Amino acid sequence: MPNSEVIRDLVAACVGQVGAPVTALRKIVDTHGHIEDEHVRIVADVFNLSLADVRGIVSFYTDFRTSPRGRKHIRICQAEACQSVGSRALTKEMTAALGIELGETSDDHAVSLESVYCLGLCASGPCAMVNERTLVHATREELLTCAEPK
Amino acid sequence: MRRAKVKRALVPNETLANALGANELARELQVRGHEVVRTGGFGLAWLEPMLVIDGKAYGPVQDLDALDAVALGPLAELPELVRQQRIVFDRCGHIDPLDYDPGWLLEQLEREPREIIEEIKASGLRGRGGAGFPAHIKWQTVFDTPAPQKYIVVNADEGDSGTFADRLIMEGDPFRLIEGMMISGHATGADKGIVYLRSEYPLAAEIFANAMDKSRALGLLERFDIELFIGAGAYICGEETSMLESLEGKRGEVRFKPPVPAVAGLFGQPTLVHNVITLCSVPGILDMGGKAYAEIGTGASTGTSTFQLAGNVKRGGLYELPFGISLRELVEDWGGGTRTGRPFGAVQVGGPLGAYLFERHLDTPLGYEDMAALDAGIGHGGLVVFDDTIDLVQQAHYAFAFCAHESCGKCTPCRIGSVRGKEAVAALASGEYTEDRLEVIDELCDLMEQTSLCQMGGMTPIPVRSALGEALSRKGEVN
Repeated sequence: MPNSEVIRDLVAACVGQVGAPVTALRKIVDTHGHIEDEHVRIVADVFNLSLADVRGIVSFYTDFRTSPRGRKHIRICQAEACQSVGSRALTKEMTAALGIELGETSDDHAVSLESVYCLGLCASGPCAMVNERTLVHATREELLTCAEPK
Repeated sequence: MRRAKVKRALVPNETLANALGANELARELQVRGHEVVRTGGFGLAWLEPMLVIDGKAYGPVQDLDALDAVALGPLAELPELVRQQRIVFDRCGHIDPLDYDPGWLLEQLEREPREIIEEIKASGLRGRGGAGFPAHIKWQTVFDTPAPQKYIVVNADEGDSGTFADRLIMEGDPFRLIEGMMISGHATGADKGIVYLRSEYPLAAEIFANAMDKSRALGLLERFDIELFIGAGAYICGEETSMLESLEGKRGEVRFKPPVPAVAGLFGQPTLVHNVITLCSVPGILDMGGKAYAEIGTGASTGTSTFQLAGNVKRGGLYELPFGISLRELVEDWGGGTRTGRPFGAVQVGGPLGAYLFERHLDTPLGYEDMAALDAGIGHGGLVVFDDTIDLVQQAHYAFAFCAHESCGKCTPCRIGSVRGKEAVAALASGEYTEDRLEVIDELCDLMEQTSLCQMGGMTPIPVRSALGEALSRKGEVN
């Protein structure tokens, strides 16, 4: 897990880029998985923003999660193209199978379930992602059994 | 196409094809001694993963030892491609996305800016992101506004469900976009361009970043600087002023207009904001001439649109065709009807803020004006097909719910209206079809249309009214 100094270097490297505070927060999520209070303080400090400003940015964007996701992170598309081929039913099957709702993480952090609005694979739905892996024509069985690619 | 001793195989390196096994197929073909070229996708989703081996197409390929079973004949004669009019996507799928000769581009950059803007004007090109605003007016405004710095901002925040044209072109022919950016920059006096790409498209980001490296190596970035910005999951950032706020590192809250971005956009400087496909249409226009381009299409909807057929449809994918093709031709002839085999139910045209259209609308030509006459729009060219099991009240509820989820929160009609609308439709769905409930929804839609700051709140009533209106008229409850 990266320590504060690593995070500070990561954030400082964004100074001067277009949209730097947003990019800095994205890099924190990419490396650390989620954003902690300490990270908010670092971003505020580096860009000379108030804590409220940075918290405001964090709360605006869906990608900026503030709690860790499950080791297996399942995202199911909830948008229209996937609705037309059964994503609502698939989502129901998954919440029933995992015992968690959309937006929740299991107590042991083994799995989390989240909605996503469009992966751009709209002729091949329902679409989902399991960690970094993309699934089209997704089924309950596949989402439950699939592991990360090598 | 050069002749090779070893068999030459084109294998798409494209998100959909990869999800269906294209990476594994490419490795296996290499092991078998083929010369493998990773290309973009052709956009024929139902044929993915689609391979081209020595000019012959195969798809969908599951097993390299059973290719004959999925032989499609020579690529050059494939009807689904030949019958299209590919101007934006002419190279996509055929080429290695990074194999680029800048000769043609450099010639264009020698032309007079005024002359280029005249060509764009003559072409009748309108924004492909959704608003359909004449492109040349924006170009002329940025050109005419003196400033120390001008920007080109590319809207690649393709969030509409049912759309994937931006992704396909950025994965398959990123230099088409770089051409469009550099030409528009040259014509308007901007020497810096920023691509705002959504975070859901990691492969497009990787390939575009590689194309930027190649551009740098070719010396192109010395005349026009390009930066790639990755979004952070906010549909509203596809609205141009929200995008500019995001690019300034802030919450993506929409701005009041005026001033329009062409006068005061990114960091207060004149900024040309265009969708990916609008800019990718520019090279084709300059190549054939604005007048010739204007002869394609219908009425004031000139040129081609990159229609994306999605949802519950047999042969979904991207079809670049002249404006004016009817909904029926797309859904039935190109799409082959529903994937489930059930009767057609509805088609939502133009993303989550687009209208639901029904059987009686299917002969309408897809042009900006024809669609406007139905209180509908083309949006980014996405069509989502539903079969007859569609629950229209549920879709109206979703339209409000999506607005509530994605509203930036700056204006009250959108922020509060979407939540109240959701509640009212939920009450309808639970069986309370009362007159006053319907009146509330109708008034709310009027209010959101008339007073929302941007099209998020302003257009949410379109799917709501079209879906709910149809549902109620079927129940015989509409007055």
